[in-house]
Amino acid sequence: MASEKIITTRNLTKRFGDFTAVDHISFEVDKGEIFGFLGANGAGKTTAMRMLCGLSMPTSGEATIAGFDVYKSTEKIKRSIGYMSQKFSLYEDLTVKENIRFYAGIYGKSNSFIKEKTALLVKQLHLEAEADKLVKGLPLGWKQKLAFSVAIFHEPQIVFLDEPTGGVDPVTRREFWNLIYEAAATGITIFVTTHYMDEAEYCNRVSIMVDGRIDALDSPFNLKQQFNAKSMDEVFLQLARKASRGE
Amino acid sequence: MPAVVVNSLSKHYGTKKAVINAVKAVSFDVAKGELFGIIGPDGAGKTSLFRMLTTLLLPDGGSATVDGSDIVKDFKAIRNKVGYMPGRFSLYQDLSVEENMRFFATIFNTSIEKNYDLVKDIYSQIEPFKTRKAGKLSGGMKQKLALSCALIHRPVVLFLDEPTTGVDAVSRKEFWEMLKRLKEQGITILVSTPYMDEANLCDRIGLMQDGRLLSIGTPKEITGSFKETILAVKAGDMYQLLKSLHDLPAIKDAYSFGEYHHAVMREGFDKSELEKYLQEKGNVAVEIKTTEPGIEDCFMQLMKN
Repeated sequence: MASEKIITTRNLTKRFGDFTAVDHISFEVDKGEIFGFLGANGAGKTTAMRMLCGLSMPTSGEATIAGFDVYKSTEKIKRSIGYMSQKFSLYEDLTVKENIRFYAGIYGKSNSFIKEKTALLVKQLHLEAEADKLVKGLPLGWKQKLAFSVAIFHEPQIVFLDEPTGGVDPVTRREFWNLIYEAAATGITIFVTTHYMDEAEYCNRVSIMVDGRIDALDSPFNLKQQFNAKSMDEVFLQLARKASRGE
Repeated sequence: MPAVVVNSLSKHYGTKKAVINAVKAVSFDVAKGELFGIIGPDGAGKTSLFRMLTTLLLPDGGSATVDGSDIVKDFKAIRNKVGYMPGRFSLYQDLSVEENMRFFATIFNTSIEKNYDLVKDIYSQIEPFKTRKAGKLSGGMKQKLALSCALIHRPVVLFLDEPTTGVDAVSRKEFWEMLKRLKEQGITILVSTPYMDEANLCDRIGLMQDGRLLSIGTPKEITGSFKETILAVKAGDMYQLLKSLHDLPAIKDAYSFGEYHHAVMREGFDKSELEKYLQEKGNVAVEIKTTEPGIEDCFMQLMKN
């Protein structure tokens, strides 16, 4: 049986004036896959992600996210996805429970659903003692784990993670990846960007963007063979060094 | 005398109710001409430490000298002697590249021309854009301008607070190559970073977590102090493998590490027994090899102890 495609793009392109930020990218992501979206600063990752999230209209090309068209059904796309970034994730001056309630409410979840699942989540994250405290006071690592859990609280089909582990300590970084694995095992598709090349190894498949194009896309194992490289770091350097444009 | 001497330096924020101890009695020395790295995650206290050493923040306890001057009493002298590049871009966005350079040179009573030889290697890369406003530069170019401005008065000690955070692998490599060349010119450099893999590019490092220095030494000394054997283990299903590794008493700790998992072994373990155990647990295509501990392995062990 062919695997179900949760993201499909064909020649997806975004231009700003005469600058082509994303240049005819075509790829597919399977349901339940952990997909790494890599590229140097300025390669076009953020612009591409914004289009996939229904936040930015493509200039040309096609894309379907969770079965919805990026031109016609952006609101439906937004309901089907979760999003988390290093920079913006939670409201610092709301408590742990209030943050969960706020996000779940935005996605239109019922009170009983929110109540039941909040209790479960707080327990899973061992945040019982902090549930009614402001997020501001939590250590960074806890915030990141909570932010991820909040991003998938409404049970989206895909979650987009934009550099979720930047600046996080090595132990928490790994705990974070365990959460990613658990989410993927329940069928949620993970679309993640990172600057840590060891994390590229944790993905089922990885794409590498250079100058707005996808120059490589395969499993970490195959990419290393293809580029005759010992590590993903080497693969990335070989590709990114070809880049002609800056940020 | 070392270029930087730090003695039990402390800093806390907040009132009695909610005190955050950002830096807890930190002590270390940095020799003249050394490239010293403070390695630690966000919230470890790196920025507070750098701000105290550059006299932008007063310590609550302890003392420190930079190039022989006390950070509290001789703050004016220090400000003339150090260069500081904060983590956040802090140049004048509405001045041009050249105007920013001239501004910083003038503040320190010098000129671009006078110290051109020191910044040439870096500044020449952005000089073709010298009339462009700093706010219109790309991230990599901003970084080069900030470094040039921090160097234009020929500082004795250079402080770089997370210069490579959020920067891609290629630009990070280039930045470290620039630092190496600066070091050759005799400047003492203190640099902070959350990236463990950058530790090996420093002469000596301090691993920082939760306001404390967990360990200080050359990268080799620190990895050399890791006593246990680490096995790198791989199998068809890595998630399943990690669970199996966690269940074995002969393993002190197990965690993912790129392509492999690292298993920190207790004394007297048997490699063939481990292989047998993993196969019994249903792991296929198991591969096991001994590996050398890296800075990240050390950091995690120190954190957990």
